[in-house]
Amino acid sequence: MAHAHDDRTTESTEEPELTTGERLAFVDQYPSAARITRLCFGTSFTALLIGAVLGIIQALHRTNVFRGVISSSDYYSVLTGHGVLLALFFTIFFLSGAFTWGTTRSLGRDLVDPRFSLGWFGLQLAGAVAVATAIFGGFVGQIPFEADVLYTFYAPLQAHPLFYAGLAVWLIGTWLAGVDWIRSYLRWRSDNAGERIPLQTFMVLTTTLMWYISTIGVAVEVLVFLLPLSLGLIESVDPLLTRTLFWFFGHPVVYFWLMPAYFAWYTILPKLAGGRLFSDPLARVVFVLFLILSTPVGFHHQYADPGVAEGFKFVAMTNTMFLLLPSFLTAFTVVASMEYGARKRGGSGYFGWMKALPWANPAFAGMALAGLMFAAGGFSGIVNAGMNINSLIHNTLWVPGHFHLTVGTASALTMMALSYWLYPQVTGKRLQLYGLAQVQPYVWFIGMALMSNAMHRAGLAGVPRRTAEPQYSQFSFEAALGSIPEMRLQIAAGGALLALGAVLFGAVMLATWFADRGRGRLRVDSHLPEPISGPEDSPRVLDNVKLWAVVAVVLVAIAYGFPIFSMVADGPFDPAAPPVPVGVVDTALGAIVG
Amino acid sequence: MHVHRFERVWLVAALVMIVLFVGTVTYGAVGAGYGMVDDEGGQVDATDPAASESFRDPGVYRGNDSDHYDVYVEARRFAFVPGTAEPIRVPADSTVTFHVVSADVLHGFEVAGTNINTMAIPGQMAVVTAEFDEAREYGLVCNEYCGAGHHTMAGTLEVVPRSEFNATAEVQS
Repeated sequence: MAHAHDDRTTESTEEPELTTGERLAFVDQYPSAARITRLCFGTSFTALLIGAVLGIIQALHRTNVFRGVISSSDYYSVLTGHGVLLALFFTIFFLSGAFTWGTTRSLGRDLVDPRFSLGWFGLQLAGAVAVATAIFGGFVGQIPFEADVLYTFYAPLQAHPLFYAGLAVWLIGTWLAGVDWIRSYLRWRSDNAGERIPLQTFMVLTTTLMWYISTIGVAVEVLVFLLPLSLGLIESVDPLLTRTLFWFFGHPVVYFWLMPAYFAWYTILPKLAGGRLFSDPLARVVFVLFLILSTPVGFHHQYADPGVAEGFKFVAMTNTMFLLLPSFLTAFTVVASMEYGARKRGGSGYFGWMKALPWANPAFAGMALAGLMFAAGGFSGIVNAGMNINSLIHNTLWVPGHFHLTVGTASALTMMALSYWLYPQVTGKRLQLYGLAQVQPYVWFIGMALMSNAMHRAGLAGVPRRTAEPQYSQFSFEAALGSIPEMRLQIAAGGALLALGAVLFGAVMLATWFADRGRGRLRVDSHLPEPISGPEDSPRVLDNVKLWAVVAVVLVAIAYGFPIFSMVADGPFDPAAPPVPVGVVDTALGAIVG
Repeated sequence: MHVHRFERVWLVAALVMIVLFVGTVTYGAVGAGYGMVDDEGGQVDATDPAASESFRDPGVYRGNDSDHYDVYVEARRFAFVPGTAEPIRVPADSTVTFHVVSADVLHGFEVAGTNINTMAIPGQMAVVTAEFDEAREYGLVCNEYCGAGHHTMAGTLEVVPRSEFNATAEVQS
């Protein structure tokens, strides 16, 4: 822990204007944007903590270590809550907060209309609360809400209408947030004709356009099919069509988990490492690649689906593999930026420079460990993407093993690390319980290493995901690497450490929230050093986000046009599957589960 | 546009690797002849698959060749028919084509520890072909969430020695 506060010295030399002793944090410069960011972060962290509690209940239940909390049929309410709260609300509320901060900071202007911003936040919150109410109503028999349909809500399983209506309201809130950021940008543009788009705003714009394109799928699924179905306005749906519309959105959503992390790795991590971003142009190329390639890959979640021709799966597979490119480029830039910082701090040697990095700074350690784990997640993702070997691991525990490395660590740990740095700036309060914050990233990393490796191996043995029981009465799983009881133990122990990691994070944030707003300087500031290679080194066409949006739409039309047309051509509601409401214990279940 | 030399090397190496990955999958499909689940099974009725011409009554049938068998499996909450109440039995040294349908919600049909792994989607028929060399028993798992009893939905697939396989009793005509 020798480097605990080294970053402060580096910063103070770069920030002469802040040495007067008077605090000039983000919250003082842009109070309206800081408020929206605080509200978004508060909601995001609440979702994270509830999701983490649900996570540990699941980990202990399905490994048979402790089953006192829920019954196996309630497991799916817990699983739905865990998936929806973490995958949709923790991540996207965080994104909304971080992007509001990023556009404001990089454009140097506060919100255009604070009431409008509060409006979209309010819509997002109202939608999220409605969805959560529908899910948790499932625990209480007297309440008519049921939504045990998991985060993917595949029809014809049917949740209470409140679940779908809440999703729709939340979605509209996210769309309006995008309008807010684009409007800020356009105002800036009218005053700054001919300037390059600031990097953080560029990232926000490309990500927002990606969100608009991909959410069309889920909006149509919910508004045209699932909400009317749950209200009894239509009698049936085509399950393959609604599933395809879900994955039209469901893969790009992966990048909305990841883009706030990339945003932090590119623009903030280099500073925390003591250096500067290696290349601004490559960062722009990466975000353009995500914009154009993220959506036409959804069929890679449907490799095992009947009714989808192999050719469409092949196109999705090829696009998916090329989507590795921006992540490979990111790996290079991030590591190069860290090495530059480490050498500036006096590090030397082929690998010895790593020792010079500020490992005791929780913001740095969290992001660096998250990046490391993302590399491992990337490799297991390549297996998922490989159309034929995917058959071995499709819907097995391998898959959650994979995405707990990506969304569960690359995104989640980066967001927590970013909070250690950013939350003080939007509150004007020093980070409290600094010692807990320092160990937290390591607790998370070790917990995830235990849980995820065991989940991957269990998946190879054929253990399915999304199930309440560790074994079946008819047969037992045969492990190729290790033993099944050992895997269960690692999953339970890893899950416990992850829950501890979430609690430590929550404690630090709560303590900071309740701390006094001192007048002293913060340990951190929003100043971001210029990249080594700046935007002037790149062609201006990179900043033409309209052009890239058009390219993205064309690629989506190529990948999805014909398959969706062929599913709709025989009638949008055919083959006609009637709804199967969840939570209604039918006679078949009564006989089997007893 | 200025790109650092190391970064160019890295970019080219990444592209080569990506092309190789696409190549291995292409080889698997074309060279090794691995057939993906696709649309060859066509559509069936979403609630009563057996009413459709392409889906026969659930059970094991003799195929076109002497070593080939067709297995028609109907998944419904929370059982495989056949598979759960009675095992699916096929002889060793045979090629088996599974025709899998669902009569209610999404299910998965996974032969644990193998690459026989397909979705069962109401309205669609999944077709998967596999070769079984040795006699042994496999577990069958539903690997897509299908409701509150999902964790009870499992079964067995028995590959029995040819001598023990009683074609007249076990194969439907």
